[in-house]
Amino acid sequence: MEYGMLINYGLCTGCDTCEVSCLKEKGLNADEWGIKVQQIGPKKLGGAWEWDYVPVPSRLCDLCAERRAQGKVAPCEMHCLAKVIEILPVDKIAERMVELGGKKVTCFMP
Amino acid sequence: MTLADQPYVTEEDGVMKVRTCAWSPPGDHPVGCGLILHVKDNKLIKVEGDPENPVTNGRVCPRCLALDEIVYSEERLQSPMVRDRSERGKNTWKKISWDEAYDILEDKIHEIWDKYGAESIFTLTGTGRESTLYAPVYGPAICNTPNGASTYAFSGEACYGPRATITNYLLGAGVPEIDWAQYWEDRYDHPGYEVPKYIIVWGKDPLYSSPDGFFGHSIIDLMKRGSKIITIDPRLTWLGAHAEYHLQLRPGTDAAVGMGLLRVIIKEGLYDKEFVDKWCYGFEELVEAVEEWTPEKVQEVAWVDPEQLVGAARAFATNAPSTATWGVALDQSKASTQAAQCFLALCSICGYIDVPGGVTITKPTSFIGKWRYDMMDVLDPEMAAKHIVDPDGKYALFNAGAAMGGVQGDTLLNWLEGKWADRPEYYPLKMCWIIGNNPLACMADQPQRWYKAMQDLDFIVAQDIFMTPTIMGLCDLVLPLSTFAEHEGLVTPNYGRNQHFIGAMNEAIVNPNTKSDLEILIDMGRRMRPELWEGMETPDKFFDAKLKENYGYGLDEVKAVPAKMSGYEYRKYEKGLIRDDGQPGFQTTTGRIELYSPILDAFGEKPVPYYEEPEFSHLSHPELADEFPLYYTTGGRHISMFHSEHRQAGTTMRRLHPWPLVTINPAVAARYGIEEGDWVEVTSPQGSMTQKAHLTEEVNEKFIHVEHAWWFPEQDPEAPNLYGVFKANANNLIPHESVSVTGYGAPYKNGICKIRKVSGLDHE
Ligand code: SF4
Ligand code: SF4
Ligand code: SF4
Repeated sequence: MEYGMLINYGLCTGCDTCEVSCLKEKGLNADEWGIKVQQIGPKKLGGAWEWDYVPVPSRLCDLCAERRAQGKVAPCEMHCLAKVIEILPVDKIAERMVELGGKKVTCFMP
Repeated sequence: MTLADQPYVTEEDGVMKVRTCAWSPPGDHPVGCGLILHVKDNKLIKVEGDPENPVTNGRVCPRCLALDEIVYSEERLQSPMVRDRSERGKNTWKKISWDEAYDILEDKIHEIWDKYGAESIFTLTGTGRESTLYAPVYGPAICNTPNGASTYAFSGEACYGPRATITNYLLGAGVPEIDWAQYWEDRYDHPGYEVPKYIIVWGKDPLYSSPDGFFGHSIIDLMKRGSKIITIDPRLTWLGAHAEYHLQLRPGTDAAVGMGLLRVIIKEGLYDKEFVDKWCYGFEELVEAVEEWTPEKVQEVAWVDPEQLVGAARAFATNAPSTATWGVALDQSKASTQAAQCFLALCSICGYIDVPGGVTITKPTSFIGKWRYDMMDVLDPEMAAKHIVDPDGKYALFNAGAAMGGVQGDTLLNWLEGKWADRPEYYPLKMCWIIGNNPLACMADQPQRWYKAMQDLDFIVAQDIFMTPTIMGLCDLVLPLSTFAEHEGLVTPNYGRNQHFIGAMNEAIVNPNTKSDLEILIDMGRRMRPELWEGMETPDKFFDAKLKENYGYGLDEVKAVPAKMSGYEYRKYEKGLIRDDGQPGFQTTTGRIELYSPILDAFGEKPVPYYEEPEFSHLSHPELADEFPLYYTTGGRHISMFHSEHRQAGTTMRRLHPWPLVTINPAVAARYGIEEGDWVEVTSPQGSMTQKAHLTEEVNEKFIHVEHAWWFPEQDPEAPNLYGVFKANANNLIPHESVSVTGYGAPYKNGICKIRKVSGLDHE
């Protein structure tokens, strides 16, 4: 079963928790990352503020396969302060995206 | 019992998983996030969230995730140290044992008692850390001095105290908090709970600061459940960008905006008439007070777009239930009292107090938070009468000690500087004990003046987890503190003023070199005033005794669960559950919520809100407008740092946010030839400081934002540099004693300035 990371980035607050969770879980060096938060905005688009954060997993992200195999939740998913990360089987992702209202939701297969 | 036998510990592959509720040190406010500390051979190897914690559900912010970096930092203090008084500012510390340190302290206190009297000792506390509960007790219950309690090196006691005090008087309650179903195990599913339709977030950015007991990202939980946001903030925060209304006000004009909102709601008849008739006092006077604050006038004074103001007022008042939360920005202006009156009036006249989805309130203070006030009564009246107050009779309200006893911060600096040396009531201060505070980096207005004034003291002791500029510059003795992973404690959200749970902070690793603020308090209390400490020889005994006294259950019951939830009863004022006499109504002089406050009147403040222009603004000082063309605000937080903490070089937290940033609108920066990352000097009429430019539209073209509490642990520790504490220090900009007649509120977040590009942090 292939898994992907669904991110409800419309509510991602850029809190950096996923980034630090992953550094700690994977024991990465300071200049490496398993996931990194990118910022876009703030800027007015069509009269309203646009300000997004999107956490982007890197090639070092294996979706914590081993950990999840033990029935545990990936640390980025568990700690995410806005609870916007979900690691799901890819065939469930589209359904979940719609369920979340389809506002600024994306997914990664790192 | 070994660790493995504790009910809060599970074992997996030789790793102990210790459940705990986080508080401090390092950081932080009493949010008490549920953590699982992974411990192997007495070593903290990992921090994870506790999914079973009903409040945080496994979520943890970066600061707690990187706790190991603090626990095992090589820079951490691991032994008490002394230094000769003549060597202050030099890195010539000598390690000593705890017994030696306690002996020195005991001798010193006795010497000062004998030579000068106990009143010549004062204590300083900080904000947020668990020491907030214990520090106020050091003065009376160890040192026998009236100059302890909640004394800060802080103009206008401009954090929490103003809000807590005004709520005490106007509502007869502890601090108001939004209803985020925080009181129950089943949270948002609790029968009878309602999701607030609108949340006003005023002068606060709780997502990144998690203040006072509020888990900031609960706002996101509520947004997912349908809550809409109204922000009132000079800065555009992320929340503001996602808000229905953003009221972008001029820093320090909160009262004008508040009166504007009230006027719309009153004029359009949108308030809860029944609640006002039955439970509020002085509505007619309030109506009169806000009469002149038309949306146009608010715009003229406070910059706020009239459409946003009117829209926000209508949305808030007509969508019941809605709620509101206020931040430290309301404390950090001279007009803090008026801003707070408006905030409380707004929540009250809309009928949102103590209803589902509205604003939660409880009795003014409870449990350990109450105990710390009771302990101020252990002085004999003659000693209590020596409490330092302004000899000209200023600040009567502060000095009456409602929510925070102590020495008013501006009065304290004046006293230390000898302003009243020729007055009969004057006596010199000789000793200071600093508990949970780094005032030269954070809090002290005009930090160089405090630094100089404190030099005259005979003896200064502090306790902390790291060496700080304040300790390096001023202290003669330093005691090393344990982190929250290394000691026993209880988390009491809002310091007991709106306490939705009690959480056990469990010792997960043993560090024999360090002690907690409470251990030091008990140890020294038993040496100096043993009569006050009978039956409380250890923190566990203390907690057990206090729990049983207040709730009838003991420490074991708290340790057995992720969080001991308090439960909540709505509409207590109808049921006689909030007044001390058990009658319906509120615990105020009139028995109602006071929109008109007879007490404020008695203390020389106006009973209803009014507007006072900040002392340093283009309107107050038109002649300074050319030289200081911009406004500034301060103190917005990055999530990786708690006030002056988490600056240690090389740590993940410092790497997330390596430099102090001055936030400038790109158009303004272009005018000054400033680019992203340039060093910029900011100068107010009071002083200068330098930070790195960050260009963004989070600020408009009229003001900039500077960060607070910066120092550089990697720099030369010795005086005069003191880890560079005076270089990027926002408090250089802040005037001394620009406070209201109450003694509360100082303009830490509003003033005027000019900016220029400079070559570096060190420049000509
Ligand atoms: S799933 Fe695991 S590896 Fe991937 S970003 Fe999250 S913590 Fe890192
Ligand atoms: S932890 Fe969650 S909210 Fe925070 S930056 Fe990562 S995805 Fe965004
Ligand atoms: S808010 Fe962050 S730092 Fe504070 S207790 Fe919770 S996780 Fe720890």
